[in-house]
Amino acid sequence: MSEAYSRPVTGHVPVLRLGDVLLVTLQGDLHDSTAQQLQQDLAETISRTGVRGVLIDISGVEIVDSFLGRVLAEIAAQARLLAARTVVAGMRPAVAITLVELGLTLPGLSTALSTEAGMELLGQQAPVTRPGSPRQESP
Amino acid sequence: MHTAAGVEACLPIRSDMDLVWVRQHVRQAAARLGFGLVEQTKLVTAASELARNTLVHGGGGQMEAVHVSSGGVHGLRLSFTDEGPGIADLDQALSDGYTSGNGLGMGLSGARRLVHDFDIESTPGAGTTVRVTCWAAQPPRPREEV
Repeated sequence: MSEAYSRPVTGHVPVLRLGDVLLVTLQGDLHDSTAQQLQQDLAETISRTGVRGVLIDISGVEIVDSFLGRVLAEIAAQARLLAARTVVAGMRPAVAITLVELGLTLPGLSTALSTEAGMELLGQQAPVTRPGSPRQESP
Repeated sequence: MHTAAGVEACLPIRSDMDLVWVRQHVRQAAARLGFGLVEQTKLVTAASELARNTLVHGGGGQMEAVHVSSGGVHGLRLSFTDEGPGIADLDQALSDGYTSGNGLGMGLSGARRLVHDFDIESTPGAGTTVRVTCWAAQPPRPREEV
């Protein structure tokens, strides 16, 4: 049996630009400081690039506590002030159950079940190429 | 300091890096004791809230994990101890929305809802200990009359 703990994520989380959307994939166990750094990076990137949407994929996140929940809510609030919409995609069912019991329903946050659905919600083509759909060129 | 096949441990809580180790240890210990995915997620989330309280409000401390069992059901008991300023008004601290810091005020009251047993002792000026227990299955209840 593997005893190895998964490596904690430190430093910067990569922010990818796909057309008019910034895509962030959170995975594993995030440091508090990494989450706060992401919040700052996103505000700066939205302001610099003028994108209209932010998509945060949390399908690889095992727990969302009140700290990370607050960071996600604040990212959405600050993006709104910078004229961008935020969608959080792929929340695990156990995470949703836990957040509600914790008392954190995050009413200001838009969600989608998958990255693809999130991109559609933001009015973009999904990043995966589907049959019959032309590939989206990122600028 | 790991004993009892990776379940029992005493971990320091001194930095946000330590919060990551606390979460990972609790997840692994709960999985080993046969917790389901939802119960694991709830307990790890509660542990994260309580460890952050220890760090932010208690000025650091430690978490001790102990394997408990009752009537053949396995459980995990976590004790978070600090020697910080303590909590003067426990009722207030345990109410939803009360915050002394910059959080949402859901940490303590929320963590209490996520576990089966919750116990807090605090002495102003001497520190705080929060003890929570989660069981791999709901503790057996008396059988209803048929």
